[in-house]
Amino acid sequence: MQIQVNGEAFDASQCTSLSDLIDQLGLAGKRIAIELNMEIVPRSEHPTTALKAGDQVEVVHAIGGG
Amino acid sequence: MSDQPQKDELVIAGQSYGSRLLVGTGKYKDLQETGEAITASGAEIVTVAVRRTNIGQNPDEPNLLDVVSPDKYTILPNTAGCYSADDAVRTCRLARELLDGHDLVKLEVLGDQKTLYPNIVETLSAAETLVKDGFKVMVYTNDDPIVAKRLEEIGCVAVMPLGSLIGSGLGIVNPHNIRLIMEEAQVPIIVDAGVGTASDAAVAMEMGCAGVLMNTAIAAAQKPVLMASAMRKAVEAGREAYLAGRMPRRAYASASSPTSGLIN
Repeated sequence: MQIQVNGEAFDASQCTSLSDLIDQLGLAGKRIAIELNMEIVPRSEHPTTALKAGDQVEVVHAIGGG
Repeated sequence: MSDQPQKDELVIAGQSYGSRLLVGTGKYKDLQETGEAITASGAEIVTVAVRRTNIGQNPDEPNLLDVVSPDKYTILPNTAGCYSADDAVRTCRLARELLDGHDLVKLEVLGDQKTLYPNIVETLSAAETLVKDGFKVMVYTNDDPIVAKRLEEIGCVAVMPLGSLIGSGLGIVNPHNIRLIMEEAQVPIIVDAGVGTASDAAVAMEMGCAGVLMNTAIAAAQKPVLMASAMRKAVEAGREAYLAGRMPRRAYASASSPTSGLIN
């Protein structure tokens, strides 16, 4: 199952939920925020949010800025 | 010291802060230098940017929020790099999720890459949407008093006119406009952008600004941690000078020593 993560193609065949994807990206427990198809998915809903082919996922974090 | 004000705090959206210096976290050599500079600045409100996470990067790489902990600082996520109201609103919503519902944001919607001058039409539109959505908006704007008042009326909790262009270090190029903005304002006016060195920060505070927000002036100094300390002192000195009330300017001398009892 192909999805887009931060604009890049990603094989998410192993991922049933958004939490699975976060695990596979090595980002479990990190301070991140996630949008699925332009809608923010609250952290509490990551385990119950299913992924499907063609989904567009954005993962953001805080970096230095003014 | 009897003249010392009992309590002189910066109040933003009902929250009190002891420091009137707000600092950014961009352009530092590394996270260690970022942390040391912020500590030296004494700032309590610290801006961060929100960006895509690099997929596949070393997952053990330290995170900015490990150094600048939301438990210790008020994190002020910005919308830097946004050129439309939609992008800015989207960024603020992501920031709110990232920071577990924290709703204080720095709104900036830019006009072009050469000047990073604010796009006021988009800024006003984004401010209206964000305030309706429950955000507490600290807004970067130009030094136009009419626009500043309008942003306050929309419900922004602080209005932050530029001293000069972001990262330019040119200081407060139009102090008269900053003064006009302050005359009408009911919310804190914080000079954001343009400070180059300590005297610029002191000038802003002596004028009566509620605070100063800066990043490059510290991060791009030869010794950022030392400059952060200088900025802390400049903001404190400028504030005290404002509260003390400066002497009137005179065209001619006025002797400091008594003119009577001279020995000749």
